Amino acid sequence: MAQAQVPVETGVIATPAHVHEPWKWYDYFTFNIDHKVIGIQYLVLAFVFYLIGGLMAVAMRTELATADPDFISPALYNAFLTNHGTIMIFFWVVPAAIGGFGNFLVPLMVGARDMAFPKLNAIAFWLNPPAGALLLGSFFFGGAQSGWTSYPPLSAITANTAQSMWILALVLVGSSSILGSVNFLITIFFMKVPSMRWDQLPLYCWSMVATSVLALVSTPVLAAGLTLLLFDINFGTSFFKPEEGGNVVIYQHLFWFYSHPAVYLMILPIFGVMSEVIPVHARKPIFGYKAIAYSSLAICLLGLFVWVHHMFTSGTPPWMRLFFTISTLIVAVPTGVKIFSWVATLWGGKIRYTGAMLFAVGLLSMFVLGGLSGVTLGAAPFDVHVHDTYYVVAHFHYVLFGGSVFGLYAGIYHWFPKITGRMMNETWARVHFVLTFIGTNITFLPMHQLGMHGMPRRVAMYDPQFEALNKLCTFGAFVLAFSILPFLFNVIWSWSKGPKASGNPWNALTLEWTTDSPPIVENWEVLPVVTHGPYDYGMNVGLNGQVEPVEEAIAPHSS
Amino acid sequence: MQGSTVPSETSEVLIDGAMPAEAIAHEHEAHPDLRVWGLLTFLASESLMFGGFFATYLLLRGAAAQWPPEGTEVELLLPTINTVILVSSSFVIHLGDTAVKKNDVKGLRLWYIVTAVMGIVFLAGQVYEYATLGYGLKSNIFANCFYLMTGFHGLHVFIGVCLILGVLWRSRRSGHYSSSHHTGVEMAEIYWHFVDIIWIVLFTLLYILTRF
Repeated sequence: MAQAQVPVETGVIATPAHVHEPWKWYDYFTFNIDHKVIGIQYLVLAFVFYLIGGLMAVAMRTELATADPDFISPALYNAFLTNHGTIMIFFWVVPAAIGGFGNFLVPLMVGARDMAFPKLNAIAFWLNPPAGALLLGSFFFGGAQSGWTSYPPLSAITANTAQSMWILALVLVGSSSILGSVNFLITIFFMKVPSMRWDQLPLYCWSMVATSVLALVSTPVLAAGLTLLLFDINFGTSFFKPEEGGNVVIYQHLFWFYSHPAVYLMILPIFGVMSEVIPVHARKPIFGYKAIAYSSLAICLLGLFVWVHHMFTSGTPPWMRLFFTISTLIVAVPTGVKIFSWVATLWGGKIRYTGAMLFAVGLLSMFVLGGLSGVTLGAAPFDVHVHDTYYVVAHFHYVLFGGSVFGLYAGIYHWFPKITGRMMNETWARVHFVLTFIGTNITFLPMHQLGMHGMPRRVAMYDPQFEALNKLCTFGAFVLAFSILPFLFNVIWSWSKGPKASGNPWNALTLEWTTDSPPIVENWEVLPVVTHGPYDYGMNVGLNGQVEPVEEAIAPHSS
Repeated sequence: MQGSTVPSETSEVLIDGAMPAEAIAHEHEAHPDLRVWGLLTFLASESLMFGGFFATYLLLRGAAAQWPPEGTEVELLLPTINTVILVSSSFVIHLGDTAVKKNDVKGLRLWYIVTAVMGIVFLAGQVYEYATLGYGLKSNIFANCFYLMTGFHGLHVFIGVCLILGVLWRSRRSGHYSSSHHTGVEMAEIYWHFVDIIWIVLFTLLYILTRF
């Protein structure tokens, strides 16, 4: 038996004077230091940006339906492609997966009343709105044009004002990410309830340890690179100007030293979400707890030594190509460990096809495809052939959309009852899943072929021979855009009118389910005591050592 | 706190390590002080931003035919004096920390004032050097690196001086710092050591290495 709340029988009287009033709606728009409020702030703000970035994608796909640039101007197309990437990475997946779920769940999962530094946490969140305003405001100056990678010399000579605003926006979200990571790391290390052993720490928290370390190591290096670029653009330095002794490849190294780990920042928390969702909805203990926990740390470590595989065509010396091909292929191993562990967890489980589980299984299939194309891209000889083509676009949308976004949906369906106190509609969740799954594959699968045939990415106009497949991609993008609607209505309707959720609607065993839904301010009246592992589903060791099925043991506490 | 309503012997076990940071800060002896851990984690991360600059500098230097470029004279005397001042200030600030641990707030104030003065002298020396050097930010690639790196470090020195002045400001109230309650003092000291260590690397790269 596991992390159920053991009621302390004697002397526990919650004095009303100590019980904090629940937050009002307007508290969510203020500088609030409750980790749950901050988590919701991150999630909602990130989702708004997701919609904005999504609209940009729809505009670009509409443009690409025909070979000629006839829908939006090429300059606007460039601004959209730059900001679509930037928004989806820095303003949607990272803040939602790390800031949103991390802040809401980590203290609840480790049995703490808040994060280690609540005020710092609020500051970290409130760096995001000005950053977003800077990014969107850059459109008044034409918008940054040089792609989310912003390689000089292009970024140093086009749309200088907008590019500078883009840099400042990224430095702000980067600072937010560093402050947040300090908080997660210290919270998990020092504020775990003493009764929780390290091998009882939920896997989401393990993945947050890996994520935080990665963010702390890599983000400052990006900040350094962007600072140098900012000086090159505005103050006449020449760090990245080869004609004056500078070197553009140094920017690429600094950029990818962060931005390759950034893909792990976007997927490691999602791996954590998977490890929580799958055992709960398959009613089985997770297969290979330690393997999954350690593989997160392995990905964190190895992920720091693969960045040059983005630069195989940047005049990289052969020894570097060899080294980074090998390291890239090695990093697939811990990822494979996780995939197989989840499949083994599903194997023979009593699977409930809830919205959360559907998206988790969808993620498994999509991420394997994205992972396989990732392995092909990691091999230098093949990468040189498809570099900067749609093959790359197909690959990272399979891992980022099919992986991270599916995982975010799974997490939202899973924790929505805990966050809001209400259940979501499962029928509409299925509609949402089917539309998303079909839309994703129609949009991104043909891009593999387009890329293999040499269609370059990042341009508004292309060779007419690619038109048929592009029309298919555009159709898929419309399906994807439409697939948001059932989700959006489901969330809005359920949040106000959905059936009330009990404290533990999924009969889950991690600590966040031992408190009310939504959790009270300060999380518990009495802190829970951990008596069992987080995934001991179907195990027959009872609360006090007596033999009883887990579902029955936790039933009395779940109402 | 709501948890305080459980019987006292249980509440120790339950609440230990799970209190908000403010509560912990006021019970210095009972709990590990997380603010120091937080600062150390942050500084480890911050040092990597300097790491990015150092790497850039070394790569640019490695690719250059002549470093520093023809006609760039790197002055050594004033920066060496400045280095001595900054490095010794790290020992001075530690005397302040030692003093407060013996409940000697007067000693703390004295040594922190001396440290702040040394920091300000360092910054003044830096400004003087900027004003008298034969090259400006845009002169050449070495000058780019020189001004960016020393400027960014100078910003950190400035923040460090502000932290020390903040400690001095708070120490006016008697009882604010004591042998059992001086986290703020320690954090300012840790930050100052960080600034110092970064300078030693910078000095090696920007001054000593130009001689070889």
